[in-house]
Amino acid sequence: MNKLLIKGGRVIDPSQHIDKVTDLLIEDGRVKAIGNDLAADDAEVFDAGGLVVAPGFIDLHVHLREPGQEYKETIATGAAAAVAGGFTAICAMPNTRPVNDNASLTRYMVSKAQEAGLARVYPIGAITRGSEGTELAEMADLKAAGAIAVSDDGRPVMNSQVMRHAMEYARDHGLVVVDHCQDTQLSAGGVMNEGRISTLLGLKGISRAAEESHIARDIMLCELTGARVHIAHLSTAGAIELVRRAKARGLPVTCEITPHHFALTDAAVVGFDTNTKMNPPLRTEEDRMALIEAARDGLVDAIATDHAPHHEDEKMLEYDQAPFGVIGLETALGVALTVLHHTNGVALPRVVEMLTAGPARAFDLAGGTLAVGAAADVTIFDPEREWTVEPQQFKSKSHNTPFGGWRLRGQVVTTFVAGSEVFRVQ
Amino acid sequence: MAFNRKDLLGIRELSVEEITTILDTATSFKEINERPIKKVPTLRGKTVINFFFESSTRTRTSFEIAAKRLSADSINISASTSSVTKGETLADTARNLQAMAPDAIVIRHPSPGVPYQLARLIDASIINGGDGAHEHPTQALLDAFTIREQKGRISGLRVAIIGDIRHSRVARSNTHLLTKLGAQVRIAGPRPLIPPDYESIVEDSSDALLVCNRIEAAIEGADVVMMLRIQRERMSEAFFPSLKEYSIQYGLTLKRLELAAKDAIVMHPGPMNRGVEISSDVADGNRSLILEQVHNGVAVRMAILFLLIGAEGE
Ligand SMILES: [Zn+2]
Repeated sequence: MNKLLIKGGRVIDPSQHIDKVTDLLIEDGRVKAIGNDLAADDAEVFDAGGLVVAPGFIDLHVHLREPGQEYKETIATGAAAAVAGGFTAICAMPNTRPVNDNASLTRYMVSKAQEAGLARVYPIGAITRGSEGTELAEMADLKAAGAIAVSDDGRPVMNSQVMRHAMEYARDHGLVVVDHCQDTQLSAGGVMNEGRISTLLGLKGISRAAEESHIARDIMLCELTGARVHIAHLSTAGAIELVRRAKARGLPVTCEITPHHFALTDAAVVGFDTNTKMNPPLRTEEDRMALIEAARDGLVDAIATDHAPHHEDEKMLEYDQAPFGVIGLETALGVALTVLHHTNGVALPRVVEMLTAGPARAFDLAGGTLAVGAAADVTIFDPEREWTVEPQQFKSKSHNTPFGGWRLRGQVVTTFVAGSEVFRVQ
Repeated sequence: MAFNRKDLLGIRELSVEEITTILDTATSFKEINERPIKKVPTLRGKTVINFFFESSTRTRTSFEIAAKRLSADSINISASTSSVTKGETLADTARNLQAMAPDAIVIRHPSPGVPYQLARLIDASIINGGDGAHEHPTQALLDAFTIREQKGRISGLRVAIIGDIRHSRVARSNTHLLTKLGAQVRIAGPRPLIPPDYESIVEDSSDALLVCNRIEAAIEGADVVMMLRIQRERMSEAFFPSLKEYSIQYGLTLKRLELAAKDAIVMHPGPMNRGVEISSDVADGNRSLILEQVHNGVAVRMAILFLLIGAEGE
């Protein structure tokens, strides 16, 4: 297929401030034209009437378990889950086994993704060797091999001096530092948000202060070093406030929020379903509403899933013993549209921006745009179509979602990567 | 007198009527325990498994005696490690228990929620025998039974609960139960041992539940003073400076007890650290109902077994 004409869809491309019903012409894997009544005699025609045509979604935060834990997810199954969720590009966190702290592992991941031929996979390298928080990983080498950012996600860098040097070094090499912000001494042993519900359930809590104090430190180090800092998965109202102030002062700080944090609160933990155990934990309604407000008013750069596959047997443990994390690639759009757009009135272009142009800007990634000449990564979705989440139908190898059985409004219809169809809804 | 639950998991879910049913039923079973031959055929042919992941001779023995006095077969299983260290999932554990075809399983586990998780997987009645720092419903029921027997009522009483609230399932279950039945609960202990937002765990937002800064404020005018065990194994976490300071600041002495109502009673779920949270003269004094609590535990557990697995089809 050389030419594809997507006709009559509502094209929303926040990178170009486009939101109108029009046509999109793709030629040889690139965007050829956007405009009314485009015609191409030899093009395949896709009737997008009633559908939204958007740049392919970009997820800044996923966990693919390859290498090391392929029984949870592989790069190929993760990429399949991604395109089923409308994501044409995903950034893979380095906490594989072994940790992605070296160029050969980064290259291995890139080649596995190319073999799969679905979503683009951008590896994130480790900040420190083995993500142990002491010695810096070889960031320049990682970048040369294809890493697009560095992070010790899941294992916050507690040593502030190490983090300072990491930021200084990353800045020299044009790498964004992505931090999972949590003071691990304050949060030690915690398994859910600290508050009324943790007290009721007798589960050890993780205070908001554990997250916020670490964010505050990172913002100060950002100011000290001039590095670009991306705060992963904000979960509290206070965290939002800290980022708001940093941005207002012009610091190069970006941030992401996850669908589970803006859709759920710690009340979901009552009943001890381990699919509600994530890190940072589900917070309170006040925090949830602060995230939604920050999504609405433009503070949030990206919606990221923190897709974290775990095998059913591992989640079928005592709540305090089960691993943290839930999957999210295949429910992200449905949850985002249901909660942000349909329930809380966040404008559709704003939701699309957090899935496309926002994440592309945060990590300087190609994509997130339908600009003429750009690779034709396109996601077509129906913002109204209702569907029920059936985890057993997922492309992901794992089923650990808190949204099983939820009725969502908004579904991905078709996903194109470089002009090739890689997913179509059944 | 309806009690239609499959399981007894926590006090929080129970209605006042259900609690009253259990306490009333226990009153009739207590009489059996005072007969020369303390055995009735009520649960003949039924099997009760005591599945204890934590050692607790007191609770386990109490359930075992309760089952035996009702003529049920009682089996004890203990496990010293959690399923994760055994390489087994809770689903495996559930399948194994189910295969023994029990009628009821009493489970004690260090992780909050395990009885709830198992109750979704197992047909037998699950009785929470204490899950981590979450709930210990049978202890709260026997405490309430003891208070009601002594005071004739629970509504309107002032009950001080003092000590390590953070790690105490007894405190949580008692807080729910006593406030549901109309008592005022006052909590005191070192602030690091009081979990956040404790005041908000009961539905009633009035002064049904007070967290006091000092033990004296909690004891003042109290009708019941319930002391909790200080868990020495937690001393390393710097919750408070020393046992010596703890006993000076938070220990129940005869002198402190004078602040309570004239006819106040003293309770302790045991085992006690004499000289730490409670002085021996108080523990052994005429206000102390500590042994009566143990005695009543059997009757309350008989009532629970009967209501869960004995009443069907009658
Ligand atoms: Zn993280």
